[in-house]
Amino acid sequence: MTVRIGVITFPGSLDDGDAARAVRRAGGEPVPLWHAERVLHGVDAVILPGGFSYGDYLRCGAIARFSPVMTELAAAVRKGLPVLGICNGFQILCEAHLLPGALTRNAGLRFVSRDVRLRVESTRTPWTRDYSGGQEITVPLKSGEGAYVADEATLAALEAGGQVVVRYLGASPNGSAAGIAGICDGPGNVVGLMPHPEHAVSALTGPSADGLGFFSSVVSALAGAPADAPAGAPAAPDPGLVPSR
Amino acid sequence: MTSEPDALPSPAPRGDRTGALVSGQDTVARAAATPDRPQPYAELGLTAAEYARIRQVLGRRPTDAELALYSVMWSEHCSYKSSRVHLRQFAEKAPASDALLAGIGHNAGVVDIGQGYAVTFKIESHNHPSYVEPRQGAATGVGGIVRDILAMGARPVAVMDSLRFGPADAADTRRVLPGVVSGISFYGNCIGLPNIGGELAFDRCYAGNPLVNALCVGVMRRGDLKLAAAQGQGNKVVLLGSRTGPDGIGGASVLASATFGDGGDGRESAKRPSVQVGDPFLEKLLIECCLELYGAGLVRGVQDLGAAGIACATAELAAAGTGGMRVRLDDVPLRDGSLGPPEILMSESQERMMAVTAPGDLDRFLGICAKWGVQAAVIGEVTGTGRLEMSWRGETVVDIPPGSAADDGPVYDRPAARPAWQDALTADDPAALPRPGRPAGPGDPAGLRAVLLALLGSPGLAAKTWVTEQYDRYVRGDTVLAMPEDAGLIRVDERTGLGVALATDGNGRYTLLDPYAGTQLALSEAYRNVAATGARPLAVTNCLNFGSPEDPAVMWQFTEAVRGLADGCAALGVPVTGGNVSFYNSTGEAAIHPTPVVGVLGVHDDVRRRLSIGFAGDGAAIVLLGRTRAEFGGSAWAHVVHGHLGGWPPAVDFAAERRLAAVLGQAAQAGMLCAAHDLSDGGLAVALAESCLRGGRGCRVRLPGEEFTFLFSESAARAVAAVRPGSEDSFAGLCSAHGVPAETIGSVGGDSLHVEGCFTVPLAELADVHGGTLPALFG
Repeated sequence: MTVRIGVITFPGSLDDGDAARAVRRAGGEPVPLWHAERVLHGVDAVILPGGFSYGDYLRCGAIARFSPVMTELAAAVRKGLPVLGICNGFQILCEAHLLPGALTRNAGLRFVSRDVRLRVESTRTPWTRDYSGGQEITVPLKSGEGAYVADEATLAALEAGGQVVVRYLGASPNGSAAGIAGICDGPGNVVGLMPHPEHAVSALTGPSADGLGFFSSVVSALAGAPADAPAGAPAAPDPGLVPSR
Repeated sequence: MTSEPDALPSPAPRGDRTGALVSGQDTVARAAATPDRPQPYAELGLTAAEYARIRQVLGRRPTDAELALYSVMWSEHCSYKSSRVHLRQFAEKAPASDALLAGIGHNAGVVDIGQGYAVTFKIESHNHPSYVEPRQGAATGVGGIVRDILAMGARPVAVMDSLRFGPADAADTRRVLPGVVSGISFYGNCIGLPNIGGELAFDRCYAGNPLVNALCVGVMRRGDLKLAAAQGQGNKVVLLGSRTGPDGIGGASVLASATFGDGGDGRESAKRPSVQVGDPFLEKLLIECCLELYGAGLVRGVQDLGAAGIACATAELAAAGTGGMRVRLDDVPLRDGSLGPPEILMSESQERMMAVTAPGDLDRFLGICAKWGVQAAVIGEVTGTGRLEMSWRGETVVDIPPGSAADDGPVYDRPAARPAWQDALTADDPAALPRPGRPAGPGDPAGLRAVLLALLGSPGLAAKTWVTEQYDRYVRGDTVLAMPEDAGLIRVDERTGLGVALATDGNGRYTLLDPYAGTQLALSEAYRNVAATGARPLAVTNCLNFGSPEDPAVMWQFTEAVRGLADGCAALGVPVTGGNVSFYNSTGEAAIHPTPVVGVLGVHDDVRRRLSIGFAGDGAAIVLLGRTRAEFGGSAWAHVVHGHLGGWPPAVDFAAERRLAAVLGQAAQAGMLCAAHDLSDGGLAVALAESCLRGGRGCRVRLPGEEFTFLFSESAARAVAAVRPGSEDSFAGLCSAHGVPAETIGSVGGDSLHVEGCFTVPLAELADVHGGTLPALFG
């Protein structure tokens, strides 16, 4: 079966094309979803891509959460639909209260675009099952408001419940609490992270192909494959490899 | 939803400069009836002769609206009146090229890159606005060049920026630089275009005149080229995007044509209302909206609104079309209802485009605009009258032949004279400067090491990470190379690997010493940078930053630079596709160094074969390509170590550049190399250090001659290459076949930069020195 993964385009979404490409590279079929339509077209999972939805006016993600498509998404999440929010998508999921906490201005008050090392803390989610626990990966981070904050009780609950999915290695590049780069909801289906795994699906155009695991994970999870494939193994040949001559 | 203009920083108050114009309604009928009414043409930047010419064209005095329109259209910025007679050389001397689909005179040049694709690229200055208000000035510079590319029918795919500031440790630089960088970051990141390269330089001469040159490149299918022409009588003229407000009124004539004050006298703040405010979110929507309109075949002609706003868009569309145009200014959506015709025409409100569509397509056209939340208003029609007519509250306020404003502006062949001080400057040879090993004799390893570290840590050569970390390089997923590589490289076709490489270069020190050769060296370096990635250089754009054209010395620099670039492009076989001139970069009497910035675009048939500057693979042989002479005039060493600028710049050798580019391109395609890096500022020593740092690997080299010259000379037409083990003989054969001098000087490996008999610098020390400078200066 072909796994169909929706990618929502909001006004101001920028990385929707990259997310769709990552889905394709992982062997899934990307399905474009439009913010103004209250339909998910029967997709098996949804990605909220990076960008500046609604220009980040008011607060990042604060307007996008009221898009018609988000009503449908919230209902589908209650039925267990896997959802991945990347960067602005993570911000939207927090604003929509599908994930706890919030993203605030970077500690340095500047936009930070940098390749970061992450540790995969949880492999129980459908988006990370292809990684091995504690695996270290390199993916780009590019955001101005990427500092994760939550109250002490929430942070404690995230840690206790295994809801921290990825963590920055070394000093946090943006002042995130406990070095948190990404989290999931209680059941683990909804994952949000600030770094961009969709920009790390090929060594040609990214710092590594380490990010592909997020997309191959959900494809294998939904296709019913056992989670024993090699971590982050590309489902399609890496176009970054120089052809042999 | 649409963007909410009220959510923006509040629009600047209306400048009093144009306030006098809006009192009372001036119409064509009234102008005819009151021929002697005094008009503020001088305030608007027009000379008495230019004003007389307008009266002659119209056979009456202009209305206030017409006067406003001519003042911006005939400004230096829009009319190129001081440069046009010289810029003709780019076309007259252009090498034969079947790659050029649209050249000079269009919004941007268009180049055929094969496989059915065309690319369009252009670089433009936003110098003065960026000094007055660094963040918005730089941001709107990005927005403006992106719309130029969009207007050609292309999807913008990447931006670059070439930045020059006063001394890095000057207080004002700490105001201007972070503001400019944050503006580029804010705007470019938010519209989703990767920033793939550019330049950062510092010199005292830019203290009151920073240079902010923004480049954009776009991609389209070959047949999708759009031209800025209003064709087809009865077709509708639609204004899309932002409402028109009072921001940037007179910017074209005031900011780009008037000499700046001495600074510190409060005049900068008086000009703040002239700088526009950008809304990148709306620009992103405008991009997607226009591309969908193009794709649906609903656009018969299109023009971006930049300098001179509606005045320029209507005049140029009408002048290039088959007939005339009638416009109802009452139908222009306004952000400020008190604006009158002159202000509406001159406003430089951002994020606007003007398109021509057939009446039968209008509903679909407006439907697509609504889908993207882009405001669209029909403001007029294409007519067959040959006149550009505009009405306001039922009366005609503009009635002119559009070509008189768009094409037939004044042209000046201004006096040019080689300045008297030029000879003394070139006679001041840096050979006389003290250098390590002299007079103490050959060697002095400690001195050579100190020079290397001084250069690497100097603001102009230090790591640009502080800047580039604020730019998104990954968005769109096609960035193959970006800073700090020699050139940016964007994949165009994922299936075939087709891509384009872009580099911009300029060196004001070289150009001051010899404007003709200095400009050719900028061209040579950009050409070489593109070739060093393995690409085939194809076309050239340029941004010519100079002082006042009314100064004969500046005009001489300008004419020499243009002649040098035109001759150089002919010699290299790459045509100029378009460009931009920025005059009046002077503070008081002091002009900036003449600073032509040259952008070269090249093609990669398969981006998977690209070359990085980073040394990879221990054991790879390092080969020095090209001939090294003792050339230190205008060099980084003379500048950084001695604060010296004199002598002659390095010799230009286009034949050698072509041979070197051929070797690098063929070696890359054949997979012979694992890295290549062009040699320029700081010479071999700096290039080796950069390649070590980029690849995270050291190297050991032995210099083939006098140490100081081989380490720090800036002779042109040179590069270093790291040869893939096993390819040494074939690469040597290739170099020999092309007559490129090639000397194996060492190999990649270890954790330090080791130059035999001279010095060893651990990579960690190199990284500290190289990386520490900008964060220490800017936080």
